[in-house]
Amino acid sequence: MSAATSGARRRLLTIAGPLLATALVLGTAACGGSDDPAQPGGKVKLTIATFGEFGYKDLYKEYMAANPNVEIVERITKAEDHHKNLAAHLATNTGAADIEAIEEGWAGQFTANPGKFYNWNDYGAAEIKAQWPEWKWQQGSSAKGEVVGLGTDVGGMAMCYRRDLFEKAGLPTDREAVSKLWPTWEDYIATGVKFKNANIKGSAWMDGPTIMYRSVLGQQPVGIYDGDKVVVESNPGVKKAWDLSVDAINKGLSGKIAAWSADWNAGMAKGSFVTLACPSWMMAYIQSQAKESSGKWDIAAVPGGGGNWGGSFLTLPKQGKNVQEAAKLAKWLVAPEQQAKVFRALGNFPSTVSLYEDAVIKDFKNPFFNNAPVGQIFSNSVKTMVPQYMGPKSGDINTAIINGLTRVEQGKQKSDEAWTQSLKDVNALL
Amino acid sequence: MKALLYRLDVKGSPYLYIVPFFLLFAAFGIFPLAYTAWVSLHEWSLLSETHTFLGLQNYRELFADEYFWNALRNTAQIWVLSTVPQLLMALVLAHVLNQRLRAPTFWRMTAVLPNITSVAAVAIIFGQIFGKDYGLVNWLLETLGLGRIDWQAGTASSQIAISVMILWRWTGYNALIYLAAMQAVNKDLYDAASLDGASSFQQLTRITVPAIRPTIIFTVIVSTIGGMQVLAEPLLFGGGSMTGGSDRQFQTLSLYLYEVAFSRFDFGYASTAAWAMFGIIVIVAAINYFLTSRLRRSS
Repeated sequence: MSAATSGARRRLLTIAGPLLATALVLGTAACGGSDDPAQPGGKVKLTIATFGEFGYKDLYKEYMAANPNVEIVERITKAEDHHKNLAAHLATNTGAADIEAIEEGWAGQFTANPGKFYNWNDYGAAEIKAQWPEWKWQQGSSAKGEVVGLGTDVGGMAMCYRRDLFEKAGLPTDREAVSKLWPTWEDYIATGVKFKNANIKGSAWMDGPTIMYRSVLGQQPVGIYDGDKVVVESNPGVKKAWDLSVDAINKGLSGKIAAWSADWNAGMAKGSFVTLACPSWMMAYIQSQAKESSGKWDIAAVPGGGGNWGGSFLTLPKQGKNVQEAAKLAKWLVAPEQQAKVFRALGNFPSTVSLYEDAVIKDFKNPFFNNAPVGQIFSNSVKTMVPQYMGPKSGDINTAIINGLTRVEQGKQKSDEAWTQSLKDVNALL
Repeated sequence: MKALLYRLDVKGSPYLYIVPFFLLFAAFGIFPLAYTAWVSLHEWSLLSETHTFLGLQNYRELFADEYFWNALRNTAQIWVLSTVPQLLMALVLAHVLNQRLRAPTFWRMTAVLPNITSVAAVAIIFGQIFGKDYGLVNWLLETLGLGRIDWQAGTASSQIAISVMILWRWTGYNALIYLAAMQAVNKDLYDAASLDGASSFQQLTRITVPAIRPTIIFTVIVSTIGGMQVLAEPLLFGGGSMTGGSDRQFQTLSLYLYEVAFSRFDFGYASTAAWAMFGIIVIVAAINYFLTSRLRRSS
């Protein structure tokens, strides 16, 4: 090889080098991740995306042991992010898991778009429909009756309270007697004033307005939505939840601690607030945040009668390629036996009506909460409740209203002014 | 043939070398920018399949939107609160690092450590430090008999808390940039100044600062762009709340954009806000350029 040709070759290479690099970059950009549909006889990989604590880890192991052809991959995200991500994945038609969980408060925005999901009616939902109370079934369905999600748990409602600090303040500690203190929310506030007058340093009656507002609202027959219409402004139920919360704030009962903040978590252990409205999933939360205070918390009936806050559903996004296998797994997860297992491990209350009469649930006492008969408390709450329709934007509308309550709590605005601004914020969301 | 190849090599290959960057920039820079402009002219909900053309209506609404202006004001305040002390402290820190120290690499590495910490971790830890009931700062204030502050509730207090997070993360980074510039300054100048009896502080203000002025200008511009885009700190400080406090007292522009896009799913309006932000950054950069070119002429 002569010197000249080798020189030309070197030059060619210098030209080809960047070209090649460019081609490589474009090449990798072109082949995005594509999920291969299952090969017959091969292993089926199912992804399931949840948030918070569903208590499914052991169930996945059990299922995989029984179905060796299935591999389950779980994705857990914070509730808020989970729902935002799911909305984005549905909109862009990529990235959703085979099974996606949705929570009651956000469910409306997904049931309003049933076209993005497989209809559970095509996957044998009708045969197991009797398992759920009618309202739970409705919450997971679209207006036209497509079944988007199958119910996992329900919130129910109760009131958690600190026995030790109630005793210190001279209030009754026995849960029957405590329940009698507050048949209504007005009584709850009056009892709070008594507690405040006992002047226990470092302990407020309640955390902040968020949990109280959501609980009162959850008990109203009509909430944020009446049918498709947002009725925040005209619905006396919403105003009632607002006014009661403002009353509690103005009487100095609030510890001014934002729900789900670091101070809130610490406050559960340290007794910064002595009452906290408790849907069943809140039990799991308190137990994980205040491990050392076992026996100090107890559970009584919630003021104002039964109600519901929270609970989730399992959906099958249309992007999923293994819908048959995914449906089989999801149906197994929501079956009564599995729901009972999750309840006993963590407290998430089943959405299966038949279980409420079953000894497994009825006789279950939670040792952390001073052996409170939580099975009974929550089944009473769920059985007497009035179902409420949650529309597509409930979550964000509630945030706007709770921001208003927080402005009152922080002394930035008076109730009327805060209400007006919240209504304006709500209208901006529509 | 050979001559042609040679000409091609000399004239052509430089373009080929820079092509990969420009292709990536077109795909991930220009295209999103143009597409965002297109989206901003529509009623574009993430969840709906139909997009109605609105023309400039989104822009008209945005300029009448008090929350947008509120976010812009907050952004500017947080930028001033974080950038001014940050650059001053970075200058002093760099000056100290520029002295003869034992184990200089160790100190320099330490200075940049906060910057490589994940911003989410920083925000969560600082959120706890500024907690109302069990936060470290309030504990200190109370021990000193000054009383507690509800850091999140107030406008000034919340913005100070967020600025401290930014300050903590970026001071060391800027200090290293200054340090690099300082090491290029002729050592004889310092020796001469020392002989004349100039103190270390005088040396910093009289020799170092004028000598590294271009670098200071660079850091001001970079922190301006960074300051316009503050998102994670206020988001996580507010416990994941997109409104930046009950009265939007610490909602920055990026956070407002995020709220519109991922809470309301109103991508049309969010794109409008994004373009408005882009416009503001261009204006601020232009002012920066104007000021600095005058500075350069005057020096």
